[in-house]
Amino acid sequence: MSERIFEAFERARADGRRAALMPYMMAGYPSVEASREVARQYVSGGADLIELGVPFSDPLADGPVIHAAATEALANGTRLADALAVAAEVASEVPVILMCYVNPILARGYQRFADQLVGAGVAGVIIPDLPQEEAAEALAAFESRGLALVPLLAPTTPDARMAEIGARARGFVYTVSVAGTTGERGELDLAPVISRARKATRVPVAIGFGISTPEHTAAAADAGADGVIVGTRFVRAVGEDPAGVGKLVRAFGDALG
Amino acid sequence: MIEHRFGPYGGQYVPETLMPALAELEQAWVAAAADSEFRRRLESLLNTYVGRPSPLYLAERLSARVGHDVYLKREDLNHTGAHKINNALGQALLAQRMGKRRIIAETGAGQHGVATATACALLDLECVVYMGSEDMRRQEPNVKRMQLLGAQVAPVDAGARTLKEAVSAAIRDWVTNVADTHYIIGSCVGPAPYPVLVRELQRVIGDEARTQVRTAAGRLPDRVIACVGGGSNAIGMFSAFVDDDVELIGVEAAGEGLETTRHGASLTTAGPGGVLHGSYSAIMQDEDGQILEAHSISAGLDYPGVGPEHAHLRDSGRARYVAVSDADALAAFKTLARLEGIIPALESSHALAWVEANPGNLDLVCLSGRGDKDLAEVLEQL
Repeated sequence: MSERIFEAFERARADGRRAALMPYMMAGYPSVEASREVARQYVSGGADLIELGVPFSDPLADGPVIHAAATEALANGTRLADALAVAAEVASEVPVILMCYVNPILARGYQRFADQLVGAGVAGVIIPDLPQEEAAEALAAFESRGLALVPLLAPTTPDARMAEIGARARGFVYTVSVAGTTGERGELDLAPVISRARKATRVPVAIGFGISTPEHTAAAADAGADGVIVGTRFVRAVGEDPAGVGKLVRAFGDALG
Repeated sequence: MIEHRFGPYGGQYVPETLMPALAELEQAWVAAAADSEFRRRLESLLNTYVGRPSPLYLAERLSARVGHDVYLKREDLNHTGAHKINNALGQALLAQRMGKRRIIAETGAGQHGVATATACALLDLECVVYMGSEDMRRQEPNVKRMQLLGAQVAPVDAGARTLKEAVSAAIRDWVTNVADTHYIIGSCVGPAPYPVLVRELQRVIGDEARTQVRTAAGRLPDRVIACVGGGSNAIGMFSAFVDDDVELIGVEAAGEGLETTRHGASLTTAGPGGVLHGSYSAIMQDEDGQILEAHSISAGLDYPGVGPEHAHLRDSGRARYVAVSDADALAAFKTLARLEGIIPALESSHALAWVEANPGNLDLVCLSGRGDKDLAEVLEQL
């Protein structure tokens, strides 16, 4: 499955995109059924991969918009099975990367969780509160099933540590653009961290956090990113005008042409 | 360099952005702890500013009531009224040594927030305290105290607007401002090195009490009893006695009953372990791994997690954890006021209630804080 991730980056380039577009969405927001429709719109809007968030009660890496979407998804009864149903909806068309905090995974156990992901056709998983020091058991469970455990790199990560993480990375590296939580930002200086990440790994480098406009996605591609992750901007759009989100994804993708 | 795990518990479950800061903090603490100048400075402030050593007091009328000797370690007599200042002052000195000029903290009832604001005023550090907006409403005098001390109190409106969300908000601030900011966490929770750092700064309670009780009673106590929310006063006490033949009892909040979900007893209820706020420990969670809201009449015990070392002490059998209800804690609050002229914190009242209900021989109880902050809540209930 992790080869599918690599192929998606390749295909984006073959299609004339300078970088792959990976929109993020929250499973179960604003409802389970509506989030299935959001996933379909992401695909028709030209998403190369989809990052699918599993709602968690205490999302430490997320800013207020995604936190609120998680709270609403939990309030309307969204559970892991619902998130996996959203994944299964589109997994045959684009690789789905699940974004899940560690505690809901531990509640099932890594092995059982990984089996469930395989069953839904998920290609990889991002665990934002599982740094490499704590990741051995998860890595074994996911890799033995062909799932990519996508690691994060941050601007604060020293070069030597980046090289360690980059050498073991599967799928791609999720490079965090700024120290902070998810959320829209005005000015972004993406080049330094992208160039450091690029030196640290041979897998594709995707950049996320703060990417809020088509100009940002273009700037990320200019700075050498292989993939651009857009989260909060699209989650906000889902809250404001769910029917128009496919068009918005299209506009961000066009900036990568 | 210092332990990250206590059995299976502990670890560092945080976003990558914070990992270098945790490594830096660990190095700084190890260096500071080995630096006699740093230790002398801390000890001098603990003695002349905080008022240490805190007295050990044989509560004779309470002893007569319960039928055995009960010694109280009077952390309520510290400057700012609780044990929290031991940790806040130590960490503020450490931040100053690390060149971090901005301090953040979380607070529930406000005791740790007040202690941190106090240490920051003393050391001329910028201070932001995250506090749930519901707690700000319930603990307005402490909000005013923090503001008077020069701290900014930042309201947190997520979730139940209490301690769990305040910790999350502080961690999010730290992720954002990690370059110039130190996070003074208020209990022996969080990612490594915090559980050890906080224990080492709180073990002054146990070290003093051990010496004092031997002098006063001529021997070690049979039981050492402390309340447990995150567990910092308890771990400070227990550390000094862990190698002795002394029973260690941690008293959690049973709230409205362990059979309800309205409690704060993650150790006593002994469900599966989980990750909250950066460490693997005993937590309150549902079957999907979503964190539950805790409840206790005392805001300081109103937390769905606990320090990882306590989870290990429970599993190894070295310490025993029990729970006391809101109602029994309230009764003990009133008892101590009437019998000894001491108004205890509602947190500490949980430990006192357990002593009243369990006959013993020679008990040492950590009276972790004074109860002035609880008067409004208690007068409503009594």
